[in-house]
Amino acid sequence: MPGGGQVRAIRDRIKSVANTAKVTRAMELVAASKMRRAQDRAVQARPYAETMRAVLSQLTGVAGGGEGGHPLLEVRPAKGIAYIHITADRGLAGGLNANMNRAGASLILEHQPTSERISVLPVGRKGRDFFRRSGMQIMGEFPQLGDFPNFEDVRPIARLVMDDFIAGNIDQVFIGYQRFVNAGSQRPTIRQLLPIVAPEGTASAPVDFIFEPSPQRLLETLLPRFVEMQVYEAVLEARASEQSARMVAMHQATDAAGDMVSALTLAYNKARQETITAELLDIVGGTAAIENG
Amino acid sequence: MPLSLTVVTAQRSILQQEGVMRLIVPTEDGQITVLPSHAALMTALAEGEMVVRWNGGEDAIAIHGGFMQVVNDEVNVLADAAERVEQIDVARAEAARARAEARLAGREVPVGGVDVLRAQLALARSLTRLRVARRRSGSATGAPSSRP
Repeated sequence: MPGGGQVRAIRDRIKSVANTAKVTRAMELVAASKMRRAQDRAVQARPYAETMRAVLSQLTGVAGGGEGGHPLLEVRPAKGIAYIHITADRGLAGGLNANMNRAGASLILEHQPTSERISVLPVGRKGRDFFRRSGMQIMGEFPQLGDFPNFEDVRPIARLVMDDFIAGNIDQVFIGYQRFVNAGSQRPTIRQLLPIVAPEGTASAPVDFIFEPSPQRLLETLLPRFVEMQVYEAVLEARASEQSARMVAMHQATDAAGDMVSALTLAYNKARQETITAELLDIVGGTAAIENG
Repeated sequence: MPLSLTVVTAQRSILQQEGVMRLIVPTEDGQITVLPSHAALMTALAEGEMVVRWNGGEDAIAIHGGFMQVVNDEVNVLADAAERVEQIDVARAEAARARAEARLAGREVPVGGVDVLRAQLALARSLTRLRVARRRSGSATGAPSSRP
């Protein structure tokens, strides 16, 4: 009987959608808890970053960023460009990775006419796969950093670009990541990492510092740290964004599954009633035929 | 006016302490003592032990290189890595020391090679941790105020 088959098909579909809803609900909860932890780590890193910026603005004021300054401050015509592209390793996070990839691609298109070579350093699998498919030159990749990378995990990325920058292989480095605006929104953000843009000084009265050793030597130790810290900050932001985007996406998926279950339940009941009605009519028709016969 | 001290690493905040009366820090040019009303200073920190004393308390922190800024009785320490006494895992530090020593003893790598350097750094870090940790066990046995 075709009616009964349809009823069963709808029932199976309801079961499957309800199961999917269970999975997306669980993923939403996991993402929510990971997001809190990722956010917490970003907050914990902030005091260091703020102090570092304040110190550097004072220090570059004294040591000077111009001629004869530190090699990481040197501005050259941008022939070689490197781009650190931070994405998630996994999907199911709404438009997060696609948006980031699009922002990265447009940065590259924008610089292609004026530079000789552009290479990409993808951090995270989704970005790596994207740039591999588009055939970009990849100078190094860092997939699988995990959900909560340490400062030490991130340092090699900064080291790689600093070494190449000092060697003169690349003249400009950008870093792109999803900035965590709030739990509901993330914004693809691309900033220049090298040459270092010295942080703006707070307009306080200049202080007469004693430097031990010389300001130049202090810059030598602080500037590489500053670059490492910026990469670390970007990765932390990107991770917090990833979890929040996944949380929202999975919440929407759970809601959509719920809607689908109610729509299907309606159809199921209707189909079931129709089958019963059809059966009743059959029986009534049958008995009527016998009585009349 | 007493000092207000902040010690942070890239990963977390280590210590925030008001009312600090004396601070001994290892710098690249040797150990220095910072007292209230110190001149404005920026200095690179070396591997070593930092001792903080305030009214009625004292704390030791293992500092593994970094940077310190003193200005207007505010002290900001940006450490590459740091642990407070109570955060140090003595067994782990002991194991790290043994490992680094074994590596340094058993190698015929030219001095200055990356592996040697790494082992030397690991050894220095573990020794600092152990030295700082010893301070804790000293006070735990109720040693009377061992003020120098």
